Amino acid sequence: MNYRLLISIGVLTAVSLSTAAGQSQKPAAAADTAPKKVAPKAAAPAAKKTFRTPWGDPDLQGVWNDATSTPLQRPNGQGKDVLTDEEAADFQESLAFDLTRDRRDGGADIDVNRAYNDHWMDSRRLKITSDKRTSLVVDPPDGRIPPRVPLPPDRDKIRVERAAANDRFNAGLPQAVTDFSLPVRCIIRTDSPPYLPTIYNNDFTIYQSPGYVVIQPEMIHSARIIPLDGRPHLNKNLPQWLGDSRGHWEGDMLVIETTNFKNYPGVIFQGGNRETYKITERFIRVDATSINYEFTISDPATWTKPWTARIPWNRIDPDEQMYEYACHEDNYDLVHFLTGARDRERRGEAK
Amino acid sequence: MRNRIPFAALVLLGFVWLPAAGQQVPANGQFPPYRPPRMADGHPDLNGLWQAFVTANVDLQDHEAQPGPHPEIMGAYGGEPAGQSIVEGGEIPYRPEALAKKRQNFENRAKVDVSSDKTWHNLGDPEFKCYMPGVPRATYMPFPFRIVQGSGPFILMAYEFTTATRTIRMNFKAEYPTPAWMGWNRGRWEGDTLVVDVTGQREESWLDRAGDYHGDEFHVVERYTLVSPYHMMYEATIDDPKVYTRPWKISFPLYRRMEKNVQLLEFKCVPFTEQLLFGNYERKASK
Repeated sequence: MNYRLLISIGVLTAVSLSTAAGQSQKPAAAADTAPKKVAPKAAAPAAKKTFRTPWGDPDLQGVWNDATSTPLQRPNGQGKDVLTDEEAADFQESLAFDLTRDRRDGGADIDVNRAYNDHWMDSRRLKITSDKRTSLVVDPPDGRIPPRVPLPPDRDKIRVERAAANDRFNAGLPQAVTDFSLPVRCIIRTDSPPYLPTIYNNDFTIYQSPGYVVIQPEMIHSARIIPLDGRPHLNKNLPQWLGDSRGHWEGDMLVIETTNFKNYPGVIFQGGNRETYKITERFIRVDATSINYEFTISDPATWTKPWTARIPWNRIDPDEQMYEYACHEDNYDLVHFLTGARDRERRGEAK
Repeated sequence: MRNRIPFAALVLLGFVWLPAAGQQVPANGQFPPYRPPRMADGHPDLNGLWQAFVTANVDLQDHEAQPGPHPEIMGAYGGEPAGQSIVEGGEIPYRPEALAKKRQNFENRAKVDVSSDKTWHNLGDPEFKCYMPGVPRATYMPFPFRIVQGSGPFILMAYEFTTATRTIRMNFKAEYPTPAWMGWNRGRWEGDTLVVDVTGQREESWLDRAGDYHGDEFHVVERYTLVSPYHMMYEATIDDPKVYTRPWKISFPLYRRMEKNVQLLEFKCVPFTEQLLFGNYERKASK
């Protein structure tokens, strides 16, 4: 049971974002075309005066949560981008059903696993985004990540090796620590951009001080320190697991560019290419209880065109706190996985 | 004549530098009165990248230079510098039985045994295994940390070592819900001093590589006081009635990192420990 739970944790982003039910709706008529222009529109003019730090920056400070059941990609690329109230209620109910223990299909084992996993899940992820969109991707207008370009042999080799490692893990036969994903190894979880909702621990605390914005994702207790003073990025020969971020204000919008990702499989989102991958994130305060978070990924060596997603961040109840998420310190399961695999080999279960 | 010109030049130089007279080499441990810059709320502005330069992470108490574990493979790389005690009065007031455990910790500091969940934490310095270091150890590890102080209800302390973070909840009442490696940190201002009350730390953390440790009634009260544009005095009062005979105190200055464009980098040490912790359970090539 633990084993299956950890599998779902290991591929947490993919699992949580790809299980949406196929919904077929009318093609989008008024789909978002220019994401950069969409975000500022979302801010009411009155907000500009209200949400300011004492030193005059837009105020993003607080504890926020990005959980949602809205899938990253619109199922099948069809249907409306924004639903009516009635459609939204149906969509939400159908997504929630797929994600919860209320399902009974698949046999007893799967059903029990579902119930066990449900215990860990953030109940906030049973709701679709408040703007009733059918996908987090807002550009391209079909709500789908653009097609991938064919990989050159060296990158395809890395992809194939990574897939083989995942297969060994899923078969209960990991050979080495490096067969586990970076989240399972407690090196990176949801703290590397882009920030996407997952099955649990979707909290972020934003701190600000003059000249800085600092984002502390719940997993794994790292702080992303973003200077706003226009200083250059770290030199190219100093890469980091979480990259190197620089920010600036465009009106009320915080714009962050991140570079210097470490050259290691799994560090860059969905196997993007380190030399051409560009991620730009935008934060804008919408009202007292929400921020709009958007990111645009451009990587012509991986996707045929740039794409943009938008995820609302909702302020959590001030009485609720974000607590320390430790990972490596009690990562007992790495030993369980490896000893289990050695045991299976001894019993001749390894192919 | 030839001698008089340099002399005149010296006089001239002296004259140029004389306006600085009154300044002198400061006495160690003493700072002239200082009024720090303020945030909008009137409290001192502690923002910045800070670092301790004591060797207390080797040993809080007096210690000789030493080879470190495994000199047969580490050579001088594993060596650790000598240092003077930062403990007020020099010695940590251990209960007799607790002192024995400290010595045992030291003997086992570079060993690990993760073969059973129940004994997972028993052997080895948590730093050796790349655990979040706890408080006050995080402050005097040989890595910088950034204080982020804004206008919200929290102050963040972000450490380079294993990218540990600590949320200081200002004027916060609630007690800790469950133990955490970096503890439950509640802050308040006493005049110009930030006071942080730390409870709820995981029992397994250590205070240094010498095996100094605490129990499950560990209580730390820290005091951060700016004393110049470039220095902050740090004090911590440490108590655990099960392990020590009385509360005890450490103090040392923190230094502001001044390099142009200096920033907190990553010391993500988990990958450095994976073979140490898990290597025995991997499939060996010979099989």
